[in-house]
Amino acid sequence: MSTSTIYLIAAIALVALVTWGLRAFPFLVFKNRELPPLVKYLGYVLPPAIMVILVLHSIRNARFGEYPYGLTEILSILLVILVHLKKENIYVSVMAGTICYMLLIRTIF
Amino acid sequence: MKEIRFAFKQTVPILFTYLFIGIAYGILMQQAGYSPIWSFLSALFIFAGSMQIVMIPLMQTGTSLMTLAVTTFFINARHLFYGIAFIENFRKMGWKYPYMVLTLTDETYSVLCSVKYKDGLDKEKATFFIALFNHCYWIAGCTLGSIAGQLLSWDMTGIEFSATAFFTVVVINHWKMNLARTPIFVGAGSSILLYILLGADQFLTPALLISLIALILLKDRVTMKTEGTLHVN
Repeated sequence: MSTSTIYLIAAIALVALVTWGLRAFPFLVFKNRELPPLVKYLGYVLPPAIMVILVLHSIRNARFGEYPYGLTEILSILLVILVHLKKENIYVSVMAGTICYMLLIRTIF
Repeated sequence: MKEIRFAFKQTVPILFTYLFIGIAYGILMQQAGYSPIWSFLSALFIFAGSMQIVMIPLMQTGTSLMTLAVTTFFINARHLFYGIAFIENFRKMGWKYPYMVLTLTDETYSVLCSVKYKDGLDKEKATFFIALFNHCYWIAGCTLGSIAGQLLSWDMTGIEFSATAFFTVVVINHWKMNLARTPIFVGAGSSILLYILLGADQFLTPALLISLIALILLKDRVTMKTEGTLHVN
């Protein structure tokens, strides 16, 4: 094996191991123990907080400070919200928002 | 098997996201001169989109393994927070337990946060297939992009918004359960504040940390109704 092959294997293995460590951390901490009430509570309240953070993180590269002021993302998200409140169908909501976004970046913005 | 059909239905929005982002990653790997086997192995073992993309130029310049490890830690630190909601559910899953833990990506997390299991369904099997399908979409996308990415001529730019749309749907579902509104305000507030303070590339992990602290401080004020399940089971 060439050194570059060994380097690639080491790099991929290392990045995988660090990622795995981060994913496994909460499970390792509370291995076989009964969960403390605070952790149970966090298990309930963290998901909605994390999901809204992920929404904002996924549009972080939108240009909010200059034209189009993040309007592409904001309008598409508003459409998702509207369609989902009306139809309550995940596929329809996701498709409507995505098509709207793809059209907007090709036409208006 | 009905669990497989169910899991496929739940993961369709992720199918589009993962195929597209995976193909984009594969094309980058190909342009960087790496053979498809490396894309395949990265997708199989790392299974973390943004980190895989970030590490391409780092590998090209032969960055030290130490730097690579530290970079991975900071980019993927958000994963520290994901397991908390699934500790009790995953550890009942036997041989599937380690697989569930190691493949808990943003997207799998979002599906598992909002999935409503139908009656008569084996929950553990369905949960496992959701994780497995997402993993397969990702491996397929990364490998395909690496082999034939440049042959795909149609312009799919913007389809990655399906991830944003799906995350939004999950938030709306949480919103409908009254007790989940405080965390939504906490998450939104902390990310907007830290986005302004730290900028687009730095705000994620601090926002998670601030939300965690705020939610601990607000514990007594957030009404705890365990009946209103916010996650699996």
